Parts: sequence; C-alpha cells; structure tokens
Amino acid sequence: MTTAPTRPAAAQGSVGTAHTRVEGRDKVTGAARYAAEIPFTGLAHGWLVLSTVARGRIRAVDADAALALPGVLAVLHHGNAPRLVTDYVGMLGVPDPTAAVFQHDRVPHAGWPVALVVAETPEQAREAADTLAVRYDEEPHDIAFSAARPDAYPVDGYTPAVTEKGDVEAGLAASAVVVDEEYTTPEEHHSAMEPHAATARWDGGRLEVVDSNQGSTWVQSELAAMFALDPSAVRVVSEHVGGGFGSKGVRAQQVAAAMAASVLGRPVRVVLTRRQVFSLTGYRSPTAQRIRLGADAGGRLRVLEHRSWNQTSTVYEFVESSAGPARVLYDAEAHRTSQEVVRLDVPSPTWMRAPGEAPGSFALESAFDELAEKCGIDPIELRLRNEPETGPVSGLPFAGRNLAACFREGARRFGWAERDPRPGVRRDGRWLLGTGTAAASFPVGAGASTAALTAEADGTFTVRIAAADIGTGARTALTLVAADALGTAPERVRVRVGDSAFGSAWIAGGSMGTRSWSWAVTEAARELRERLALSGEIPPEGITVRSDTTEAIGALARKERHSFGAQFAEVAVDVATGEVRVRRMLGIFAAGRIVNPLTARSQLIGGMTWGISMALHEEAVRDRVTGAHYGADLAGYHVATHADVPRIEADWVDDTDPDDPVGIKGIGEVGIVGAAAAIANAVWHATGVRHRALPIRPDRVLTGGTAGV
Amino acid sequence: MGPAPAPTHSAITLQVNGEKYTLSVDHRTTLLDALRERLDLTGTKKGCDQGQCGACTVLLDGRRAVSCLQLAVAAEGREITTIEGLADGERLHPVQQAFLDLDGYQCGYCTPGQICSAVAVIEEHAAGWPSAATDDVRPEAGVPELTAEEIRERMSGNLCRCGAYVSIVQAVARAAGAEEAAV
Ligand code: FES
Ligand code: FES
Repeated sequence: MTTAPTRPAAAQGSVGTAHTRVEGRDKVTGAARYAAEIPFTGLAHGWLVLSTVARGRIRAVDADAALALPGVLAVLHHGNAPRLVTDYVGMLGVPDPTAAVFQHDRVPHAGWPVALVVAETPEQAREAADTLAVRYDEEPHDIAFSAARPDAYPVDGYTPAVTEKGDVEAGLAASAVVVDEEYTTPEEHHSAMEPHAATARWDGGRLEVVDSNQGSTWVQSELAAMFALDPSAVRVVSEHVGGGFGSKGVRAQQVAAAMAASVLGRPVRVVLTRRQVFSLTGYRSPTAQRIRLGADAGGRLRVLEHRSWNQTSTVYEFVESSAGPARVLYDAEAHRTSQEVVRLDVPSPTWMRAPGEAPGSFALESAFDELAEKCGIDPIELRLRNEPETGPVSGLPFAGRNLAACFREGARRFGWAERDPRPGVRRDGRWLLGTGTAAASFPVGAGASTAALTAEADGTFTVRIAAADIGTGARTALTLVAADALGTAPERVRVRVGDSAFGSAWIAGGSMGTRSWSWAVTEAARELRERLALSGEIPPEGITVRSDTTEAIGALARKERHSFGAQFAEVAVDVATGEVRVRRMLGIFAAGRIVNPLTARSQLIGGMTWGISMALHEEAVRDRVTGAHYGADLAGYHVATHADVPRIEADWVDDTDPDDPVGIKGIGEVGIVGAAAAIANAVWHATGVRHRALPIRPDRVLTGGTAGV
Repeated sequence: MGPAPAPTHSAITLQVNGEKYTLSVDHRTTLLDALRERLDLTGTKKGCDQGQCGACTVLLDGRRAVSCLQLAVAAEGREITTIEGLADGERLHPVQQAFLDLDGYQCGYCTPGQICSAVAVIEEHAAGWPSAATDDVRPEAGVPELTAEEIRERMSGNLCRCGAYVSIVQAVARAAGAEEAAV
C-alpha cells in the first residue's frame, strides 16, 4: 500500500521544470502586439530617406516637391531638425552618433539617414520619400577592409586591446609543432524578423515611446540624454519584441519619431524597411584573424597568439572582441592576444549574438583542429590536455568550468569514439561525410536591476520589472523564479516586463538578462516574504516591495565566470556542386542552472542554428564603387531556413554559479560559439581541405576540392 | 481642360475570417497593410514587405500566399483567413496548439506566418501534392510520407531568425499526426 505524499501548501521546484511560455497563447493566435501594432489616435507616418553616397556632404535638401504631395506633413533634415545632445556617456558607454539623426551635413557612409518624410499614411510618406531631392558633394570613400592595413590600431573596448605574457617568438622556435594561419569572417547582419519600429508621442514636456528594443531602461536613458530631459519625463514601452540579437538599442527610428512628434504635435510612427535595417541597425564587422600555436609533440601548448582585426565607422569605435575565447579557453607560457580596428566609410558595427566569441571561436577552434591533425591527437583529447587551472590571462579561479564534462558527455552521445580521424574516407553516394567538434565559452555577468513585487489582495503576485523578452522566454523564466522564491505556484504569479516605468533594469544582452533580472526578483521575493510574515490582512492595493541589486552585484568576488559548451557536427559535402549539408548537430553545455528546460533548449538550438547559418550562408557584400550593399534584403542575404537545418540536439550537464542566488549563468549566446568551427572542422574531415574563410560557399568548396581523397 | 486625374482610391469589400469589411483603400495598399493598418488585424506580420520571409503568410481561398505581394484591391472576392481566424473560439487550431506545446517559436514574430503556412502544408500534403523532397512524384505513388525532410522543404518559405526550426518541424508533424515519420 502506498500513501500519497502530503503536498506542501505551496508548490516548489518550478525552476528546472519545463513550462510553456506564459505569453504563448497570444503569440500563436496573433493577439500579441509588437511595436508597430499598437493603435494611436491621430497617428502620422514617418519614412526615412538614406544617403545614396558613401561619403561627402549634403549640399541641399529640396523638399518643395515632396511637401506638395497629398498628405505630406513635414520633411525633417539637418537644416531644420531639433538639436540633440550627443556628448554624454550612456548606460553602455559613449553613444554611436548614428542614432542622433539630422544634426549635421556630413555623410559618413552609404545609407546614412538624411531626412524623414512624415505624412498621413505610409503610402504617402513612402512616395514623398522617393521623390525627395537630396544633393550631395561627394567625396572619395574607402571601404577596403583587411588585416594588412597600416592604419589599423589597437582599441580597448569592454576588454583590453592587448594581453601579453611570455615570449611568443622564442616559444614558437622551441615548439615541436606549429600552426600559423589566417582566418576571415564576413560582415553579418542580425536580421531579426521584426524590423525596428517606434511610435513617439509628446504630452506636455513628457515623451512616450512605444518601441521594439532590448532594454526599455536603456532606450529611455539614451532618449532622455539626447533630448535633454529628466529620465522620469521619458517612458519607453516595449512589450513584445520580434528578436533583437544585439541590434535593438537606440537607433534612428526612435529619435526621428520623437523629433517629428515634437514638431507636429501628434504621434508619429517610424518603421524601418528591411533594406534600411541593413544600413541603420548595426552588424557584425568582418574580421581577419591570425593565430599562431606552438605545442610540444604531445599537444601541450607553449604558445598561443590570437590577433584580430575588425572594421568600424569613422563616427564610432567598435571593437569585435574576437580574442575573448583565447583568453579563457587555453593557457600557454607565451600567450598573446590583440584586437585592432580599421576606420572606414561604413556604418558602425555593433554587438551581434556572441560578439567577439562567435568569430573568435571560429578561428581559434579551427586552429585547434589543425593542431590536433598535426600532432596526430584526437581533437577532444587535445583540448582536455590543455585545460587550464585558472584564467589564462587573469589568473583568477573559475566559477565553475565544466568544459571537460561537456566534451565527455557529448562524445558519448555523438558516438565520437567510433570516429576514424582520417579525412576524406567516408562516402554516402555523391556525398563525402565528416564530423567535427569545437569548444564554446561565453562570459557570464550580471547588471544592476530593480524589481517591484506586489502581493495582491486575492492571493496572487505581480512582478514588475523593465526586463525585455525578445524571444528568450524571460517572462516565463521570471515567473518560475518568482514562484520558487515566493513559495507559490507559477499560475499565481503575473510578470510584467518591457516598461521603463517599472524602474531601472539591465538589458536583454550579453547573456545577462535572465540572471540579472532573476537576482532582482529573488531579492524582492525575500523581502516580501518577510513583510508578509509580519503583516496580517493584505490591503486592497496589495503590498509592494522594491529591490535593487546594485550593491549585491558590486560585491561579487572577481572570478572567471563563463558558460561553456562542446559542439559536434556531421556534414555531407558534394564536391561536384560544392554544397555542404549539415546532417546533425549536438551541443552539450555547462551554462549554470537551467531555469526552464523547454525554452532553454530552444534558445541553445537557436544559437546552434545561427552557427549553421554563419558557417555556410551569411555574408553581406559591399560594392567597392558605391560603398553600399549588394542585395540588402533577405533574398540577397541568406539566413538559414528550414531546409538548411537538420535535427539539432542541445542538452546540458549539471552546472551552477555558486555566487548567483539562483545559480544561473547565461545561455543566450554560448549556443552559437564554436558551432561554425565544428562545421568547418567537419568539412575538413569530409574533404581533407581546410576552409579558413566563412561562409563555406559552394564556390569555395569547388575551388578547394579534396585532398588525399 | 485636361482629363480628370485617375482615381487613386477605391471602395472594396474584403472577406476576412468570415467577416465582411468595406473600406476605401489607396490602390497602392497591399493586402498586408490593409489587414494591419486598416482592419487592425495585426496578427499577420511584416518581416520584409517584399516576399522574402513568409511572415505575412495568410490563406487565400484556403491556399497560402504572402500578403505583402498582394494588392488589397486584388483580394476582393477572395476568402481570406489570417492567424486570428484559425482558432475555434477558445479552442486552438491543432497547429497552434502544437506550436504552443512544443515551443515552436521564440520571439513569436514569424509564428503567425509559420502557422498559416503549416496549416496549408498539411492540406497540400494530404491532397497528394509532391514537393522537391518527394522521391517518387508519379501520381500512382500516392501521398508521400510526411517526413521531417518533406516538412522542411515545404516550410522553407518561412524564415525564423530565432532558429526555432527544429521544434517547428516537430510541431507541424504532431499537428499532421506524422510524428513517427518525422523523427
Ligand atoms: S513580409 Fe511578406 S514575405 Fe516578408
Ligand atoms: S520565433 Fe522569432 S523569428 Fe521565428
């Protein structure tokens, strides 16, 4: 006879249990409204006009013909637009002046915003934008990126430009095995499915913006600084966001809409076209990387040198921190990394999913595969032999480093033990088959956040936090975290996000969102439970407490905090057509405590899908003559679609951050890291030819052919 | 006196999700913009406005179409079904339910288009239409098995930048009752 266990009064253990998205029903029925879909009375529509030259000055904007068209209300440009403040330091540093539209006559790149046409309807605005006559004094432009440029210079970004210990040249001379290769990655675009959109309305001296962004506090504070307002006079609401990946911060559309709304005294919406998204919202810079590895015959590293170059615009200095993985994954007596930029007449690059780590891991983890080949050692064994005790550059202890466990579990599930290391020996009809692996790492961090938590009179709870759910499942994750912290069931918790009025919070970025917000929610819940224990009845307005994690996060001990992972891929290569097909992928991650296995798996697989896209498809190409993109659209810029993506499995090993109240690390970006390298290594295993330039296009496969097959 | 300017607007009647809407539209208005901007049916999404992403997919007389490449004036007389018209009251369409249960989405922006496409894919397949992934396209070969490869091929007009393809394929298979074939 069995007795049913006594259920606790409140459900526990929501964290770690699969939960469908709390807003899922709204998303599958079309009820969820995104930024351009909130109705406004008296709405006017703005259409941006972008420069057709890559460098020069605007000589004249002749708006007469456009203004004479039916429905046209205004044309804003540098000659008549309100002035903005641009010399401030924002939440994430000095702003990229690209968003500060219409402040001067300089054109620093093709696709620079030069005017906004506002009309009663989108059709009228678009027609008028097409007819607007903008004349330029054109100047010669330079968009030729390469590592060999003499004007490249090192830049300290979020990480130092150069780290250095030991003697690289002496180490190489003394090494039994040396790898010295260059790798390149192209310009890549976020391409979130929802184009950027904002609607602005002024009410007295207050600005309200309905937006699509990765942080309403962030956008609120930037707009307040630009328009010289107290932050409390700006409210930014961003409830549902159709993807971001680093591109959805302050951009031309919010600023142009706010300007036009102030000039016209009515709400104005500005939605970017897909083509404009390619010019105005940032991108991942192309990179050139040179890696030199020196090892003893047993594969133990004596030298690791990773140098990286990227391009940036003439108006903003952005560093793609591609040396990041080398500073975390492997140690060597001589260890040197550097990150340099080249300023060109191009738009400003920005963070794009796993900035630095995505391109950096392609180079480093390809080079490691080359070292394994040269040493005649299994690529996993090579990595295990080079596991560092402490941070290779910092010397700090790791807050959990379960990379080896990821490789062991991954190897078991992928069937790695049966792998014949020789390249080019497996065939399936016209296909050559190969498998590859690579390591992944991505930094873990937390940003100070506040949360408000209310115990409602009806026994439910409401969380208010200016978090952003850009598809990460943050709303659902915070529901589970709050439920556990309160000792209640998730059904009794309501989480509201995406409103700067909820108080300051960190962004959905740097894989830091869920960790940062969960921290604030957990602190608020602790305080609320204390308050509830003391008070009797809950008044009709409920009991609300507020948390602020600034101090707690500031007191965090300095450690090497990272998520890790092991990527595995199997590819089939048709050497007659040059086509590469990924047949299966497996990723095993050590990424802290997993809050919601259902959505976490989706996010990790999403990152790995980006890896396929990066390895094989994505490449934005600029025309040297015009300085502008060829085919800046979703036909010209191919992102992986259904037919490109096989069955992908993502799973994790037990892991935690001992210093995080929930044990969370972060999963938003680690899924793409190493994925392209695993695929490139599999292409080598299939064909015997190394592909060091992404994407591995059919023409490159055809030109490369096969070796030793 | 020259000829009178050609009219730029027309009054049309659109039949959407079983309801009739009469409105005057600019001739340049796409069906997508008419749905979103005029009828407040914002479930249909605009990802590219040029026929490249599938976010705006609706059913026109039961067959899928990208509504950004349709002029509203040309959609008169067609029976238009959008994402808002799929559920039966509170009861979700099986494709919607499968997307919800299997997490066939992340940001949700491509989702209405994916779901509308999937509804049509399941019908196209059941009607015996072959795809580029079909091995035997002779009519006597009958309805091909709805494998994962078939689903991927047929769904490839719908981009998902979040990379939810793996679970979308599972959701389509489940809704079609083809989960075993689609592993
Ligand atoms: S919006 Fe119609 S296909 Fe992209
Ligand atoms: S769910 Fe975000 S684009 Fe598909």
